Amino acid sequence: MSGVPGFGLGKGLAITLKTLVSRSTTQQYPDVAPDLPPRSRGVIALREENCTVCMLCARECPDWCIYIDSHKEEVVVPGAARPRQRNVLDRFDIDFSLCMYCGICIEVCPFDALFWSPEFEYAEFDIRHLMHDKERLDEWMATVPAPPAHDPRGELSKEEANALKKAGAE
Amino acid sequence: MDWWLELVLRVVAVTVAFLVLPLLVGQTEHKVMAHMQARLGPMYAGGFHGWAQLIADGVKFMQKEDITPRAADGPVFKLAPGVALIPYLLALLVIPLGPGDLVGQPLDIGLFFVLAIVGIGVVAVLMAGWASANKYSLLGGLRGAAQLMGYELPFVLAAASVAMAAGTLSLPRIVEAWEPWWLLWQLPAMVIFFVAGVAEIRRPPFDMPIADTELVFGYMTEYTGLRFAFFLLAEYVGIVVISALTATLFLGGWHGPMAESLGWLWMLLKTGAVSFVVIWFRVAWPRMREDQLQRLCWLVMVPIALAQLVLTAAVRVAMAQ
Repeated sequence: MSGVPGFGLGKGLAITLKTLVSRSTTQQYPDVAPDLPPRSRGVIALREENCTVCMLCARECPDWCIYIDSHKEEVVVPGAARPRQRNVLDRFDIDFSLCMYCGICIEVCPFDALFWSPEFEYAEFDIRHLMHDKERLDEWMATVPAPPAHDPRGELSKEEANALKKAGAE
Repeated sequence: MDWWLELVLRVVAVTVAFLVLPLLVGQTEHKVMAHMQARLGPMYAGGFHGWAQLIADGVKFMQKEDITPRAADGPVFKLAPGVALIPYLLALLVIPLGPGDLVGQPLDIGLFFVLAIVGIGVVAVLMAGWASANKYSLLGGLRGAAQLMGYELPFVLAAASVAMAAGTLSLPRIVEAWEPWWLLWQLPAMVIFFVAGVAEIRRPPFDMPIADTELVFGYMTEYTGLRFAFFLLAEYVGIVVISALTATLFLGGWHGPMAESLGWLWMLLKTGAVSFVVIWFRVAWPRMREDQLQRLCWLVMVPIALAQLVLTAAVRVAMAQ
């Protein structure tokens, strides 16, 4: 069929006509909020109380856009033999003018202190304002969605699998 | 006094058509092209689905600086857009809109006049291409000239076929003589006339003289502001003229149900439908290479047009007996 002269021309006309009569999927962004897929990478949010200043995120960051300062504080626990030491976060900045949204910091965080938020409307006129400090990062926490449900037919999480194994062993 | 009033009325009506119809076609092109590419096209200008986009474009063109290159041949350079535009205005004058007297100027040799005046386009292309003092413009201009020279022949031959069938050169009388079975009889001529017409106005797939990927913008490269807008306007009036001519000569113009009162509507609808096809071709088809373009003209279209002439003559003779 494709050997017939003009077949391609007719096909071109048919395709454009079909596209013309089918509905356009354009989302009119500033007027209509975009329909973002789950796990959209908009901005990184920080839950400060979960952070132990382990510095993994800052060290793994490929473009070094995370700045962390901290100091040690003595905590006297009543009844304990010695006062304990704990890290207190002084500064946690992410420079979104450098960030390339790879998400390694979020993957690597052992204490669930960093999260993806789908908010993306934080453009600035001054590049220096793209440096978000820990208060600003904490504000983004409110926009973090609940994690999407597991795929019902997918593989079980490690914790669930372990729990099942344990239950079976007993 | 009455005579003057009528004259003014006719001139004003043709001028209004000259200014409004191209804008309608242009806006349709914006939207149709967008939706054919699964986009929306202009949505903001004017509030409702971007209806005022072309007005906004016009205002923008007016604000732009009018630049004449230092090496350009000033007067010729400045005159070219006008030369491109005026013939189409005059062509609109003789195209019948409806039955009876609903035509700018009923001319006995209307078809001859239209064909002659549309051919002036090649002069504008050459003027623009040569006077710009730019190699891309010159290449585009010469390609345009070669194309217009070539396609003029099948264009005229196809039109001659219908004139022969109707036995007159007057456009209103050709429409009067038209009968539905001509659609079949004159089909090859219609296809040839339409394709050659699209080539005449240098629309894709025949936009080799412009060929923006290789020639910047062909003979329009050096134009800015209002003069460039004139060239664009000429292109869209060209679509209107070619579509209206195709509708007049081959699709029966104002013929249709209740032609006495609604003839003008049928004519406009037919013109619009043909314009849509012109836009459609632009979206769907790639540009033809220069050698393919000339080959199509001389080896395919001219022979078919000649064969159609023979067929028309044979049927005419058979009908006369």
